[in-house]
Amino acid sequence: MHRYIVKRLLFLIPTIFGVTLIIYAIMAMTPGDPGRAVLGVNAPQADVDEYNHMLGYDRPFLEKYLNYMKNIILHQDFGVSYFTKQPVFDEVLPRYSLTIKLAVVGVALAALIGVPLGIKAAVKQYSLWDTIPSVMAFFIAAIPQFVLGMILMFIFALKLNLLPSYGTGSIQHYIMPILAIAIPPAAQNMRFTKSSMLEEIRQDYVRTARAKGAEERTVIWKHVLRNALLPVVTQIGMSLGMLIAGTVVVEKLFTLPGIGSLIVDRITFKDEPVILAGTILISIAFTLVMLLVDITYAFIDPRIRAKYTRTRG
Amino acid sequence: MNDLILDIKNLEVIYKTDLETVKAVNGINLKIGKGKTLGLVGETGAGKTTTALSILRLLPSATGKIINGEINFEDTDLLKIKEEDMRHMRGNKIAMVFQDPMTSLNPVMTVGDQIAEAIKFHNEELSKEEVEKKVDDKLLMVGILPSRKVEYPHQFSGGMKQRVVIAIALACEPDLLIADEATTALDVTIQAQVLMTMMELRNRLGTSMLMITHDFGIVAKTCDDVAVMYAGEIVESGTVEDIFLGNKHHPYTEGLFGSIPNLSTRSDRLTPIPGLMPDPTNLPEGCTFAPRCKYSMDVCKKFHPKSITVEGEHSLLCHLFNEKIMSQQMEGKYE
Amino acid sequence: MDKLDISQDKKDSGQMEYKRQNKSKEIFRRFRKSKGAVIGLILSAMIVAVLILGPLFIPYEQATKQNFDNITVSPNSEHIFGTDNYGRNVFARIIYGGRTSISIALLASVTSCIVGSILGAMAGYFGGKIDSLIMRSLDIFMSIPDILFTMAVVVALGSSFKNLVIALTIAYFTNYVRLVRSQVLSLAEQDYVEAARAGGAGSFRIIFSHILPNAMGVIIVNVTLNIGKIIIYESTLSFLGLGMPPPAPEWGLMLSEAREFMRTAPHLLFFPAGAIVLTACSVNLMGDGLRDALDPHLKS
Repeated sequence: MHRYIVKRLLFLIPTIFGVTLIIYAIMAMTPGDPGRAVLGVNAPQADVDEYNHMLGYDRPFLEKYLNYMKNIILHQDFGVSYFTKQPVFDEVLPRYSLTIKLAVVGVALAALIGVPLGIKAAVKQYSLWDTIPSVMAFFIAAIPQFVLGMILMFIFALKLNLLPSYGTGSIQHYIMPILAIAIPPAAQNMRFTKSSMLEEIRQDYVRTARAKGAEERTVIWKHVLRNALLPVVTQIGMSLGMLIAGTVVVEKLFTLPGIGSLIVDRITFKDEPVILAGTILISIAFTLVMLLVDITYAFIDPRIRAKYTRTRG
Repeated sequence: MNDLILDIKNLEVIYKTDLETVKAVNGINLKIGKGKTLGLVGETGAGKTTTALSILRLLPSATGKIINGEINFEDTDLLKIKEEDMRHMRGNKIAMVFQDPMTSLNPVMTVGDQIAEAIKFHNEELSKEEVEKKVDDKLLMVGILPSRKVEYPHQFSGGMKQRVVIAIALACEPDLLIADEATTALDVTIQAQVLMTMMELRNRLGTSMLMITHDFGIVAKTCDDVAVMYAGEIVESGTVEDIFLGNKHHPYTEGLFGSIPNLSTRSDRLTPIPGLMPDPTNLPEGCTFAPRCKYSMDVCKKFHPKSITVEGEHSLLCHLFNEKIMSQQMEGKYE
Repeated sequence: MDKLDISQDKKDSGQMEYKRQNKSKEIFRRFRKSKGAVIGLILSAMIVAVLILGPLFIPYEQATKQNFDNITVSPNSEHIFGTDNYGRNVFARIIYGGRTSISIALLASVTSCIVGSILGAMAGYFGGKIDSLIMRSLDIFMSIPDILFTMAVVVALGSSFKNLVIALTIAYFTNYVRLVRSQVLSLAEQDYVEAARAGGAGSFRIIFSHILPNAMGVIIVNVTLNIGKIIIYESTLSFLGLGMPPPAPEWGLMLSEAREFMRTAPHLLFFPAGAIVLTACSVNLMGDGLRDALDPHLKS
């Protein structure tokens, strides 16, 4: 088991470098340079050139990239914002925890809602427990997260006046955002769990269990579920991508001070350093979580676990 | 009456979907004596597995329906008892070994747990240690080291997996064991080993068996009685001597023997039976085998044959052995 | 007696052509039977028709001409969907926005399919180092959340029709790589590929004429379902300000502008939202229907 974890951790490092390199490379294609952006449109060209030279802007690409990474790792220095002229790290850090919290609660809620509904839909196939959630899941899949948020806003903030539509401060401020983030992945989880369950119920070992004299309840909970939930774990990991997109959009919509809304706000100002830093931080967190999901899966699936814990007999 | 462990009468089973009705089993009678082994032979699609599943009432609930008949197990009609009571039978009094060992076991449970489960379902009063001891015994019985009970199915080869399946089936020492093509999916050499294991256990425990197979070799080695199934009907049944040594046979059985390679007789080519089994959604009128039968007469196409006893236990479903009809044939008319 | 002949044919594994023809007919039949799929198809066709014919009835300037005398008017006989906060005709904006969104989605879906399938086929067929290289790169790629990647691309390259298609292609091609690769891997083992190779067929020929046709069904289902996803994704991008630059009408952008006016002019929320949902639903119905037609026993 430890071999597997070590192996994956070792892969983590080149992955992170690969990820940061790709993002850095894309952002490098943005027109404009730091000197002009920070000093302003009217600054003399000589000053701009000097500023750029100081930052090492005229060095070759790879050197710039490695320098950037060095600064991040050793000094937590992400550069200076083109917009506010403040160190990027100071702006980004406080917002980080909000985004992470939203994402974590979102994932948890999506799983807690979606998976049990999926199980119920599979066990009571064709009943209302199946048809209603399935139809709802279908419509939800056709609604973008920001539209969902706006609809929630319309109903609960405007018409019913129950919840506030922007800002932070109390739990109420977070109810609609969390719902908007969690509902689409929940629908996806529900569909996936249902199909995984149905797939497993068809398997031969279920027939063997029945032939042993098992009660239907035991068959479902002990046999089918244990097998059906394995791919669901992976699927929840996969749905993180959608979840992050939802978080970014929802932060913007409900004006919550997270990294997502920061990135989006700075786009119009072409504030490269901030956008770069925000993107890299979220991607690294994402990569780590995916790693966690993989390791968890290896723990719970005995077929994979056995591969790494003992030699084949 | 009392030395029969299983007595099936007039069993009819269909599979019904929105589109069509499949007549899988059409009025069969089967008897298995206590401690005896009955071989149920036939091609794929004849209705053998359906019969087996019906005994355990494990047909797919959405489509499978038993529309007629009795399945008497030791004086109890299984078709009339409650589901709860049926569950007590399964794995306990009547057990089944299925065909494909690769998929019959739960991949995420240890082998030991799966055997233990079978024991625990029917012996709730046993302590954990007692159950574990039994699990060890069963594994030894099928020739697997008890220390392997913590391993998962994927860590075993095909033959060993099937042994585990047999251990599960015999965990509660059932009175009747149904083996549905239990060795078909295995390599030939492994087949022989697994078969031997099954036979040893059967002899030791005195279990009655329903051995479903399409392999006459297995029938010859293991069975006391034989029933040949075709298109949902038993076309011939008798003791193993009747079938192998007798000289009166259903044309289908004859065809089956003719299509088996035989080391002792010289032959140039095998003679398969031409054609295919009839479509179970659209069975022919009259005898179901008539379209493929080289002896078929006009009467065969119109009238469904009755079961004729030729000698002792040996009976056939064919007009050729019906004296009345044959004499009418001679005279050139029929009823 | 006739049954005899057909079944013998089916038993012959060489008769691939025969099998494939029967399969397509079967698939069409199952598709036609599913009410959802047919409704999806009809709705999608209707939407496409409206979007294509729209310009014949409503000139483009209606979508962009500002008229401050007439702002945020509710739907009436003159403007069937009302006007927005600049006085522009909402119905016109929906039509022209739809044209853009759907063309982008169609194009991006097809290009991502082509790019992804080629990479996947190469990875699966050639195996070894090429496979490792492609799959490892894919892993790194997929470690970046889609939306961040797309945002970075649009920021770097600027937002235009072409760049949006590029960004969306990059976001969605990864589905196809895995899909096609696994199809190729499982099919490459089958006997008829061995036979083709033994008959002297070269690698590309094998991929194109033997493997891809069998994978085609799954691919088409994915392309269809992706169109819906891309429409949604693209509307999210334009909501965030990354779509086509104003004054180009786009559904997501319209919704972003509608935020301030939700209380006074809710029609500005409902029509664009409804357009997105309706289009995505129609395409998804079609895609689901295709998927079920391909593999019916997945349902029960």
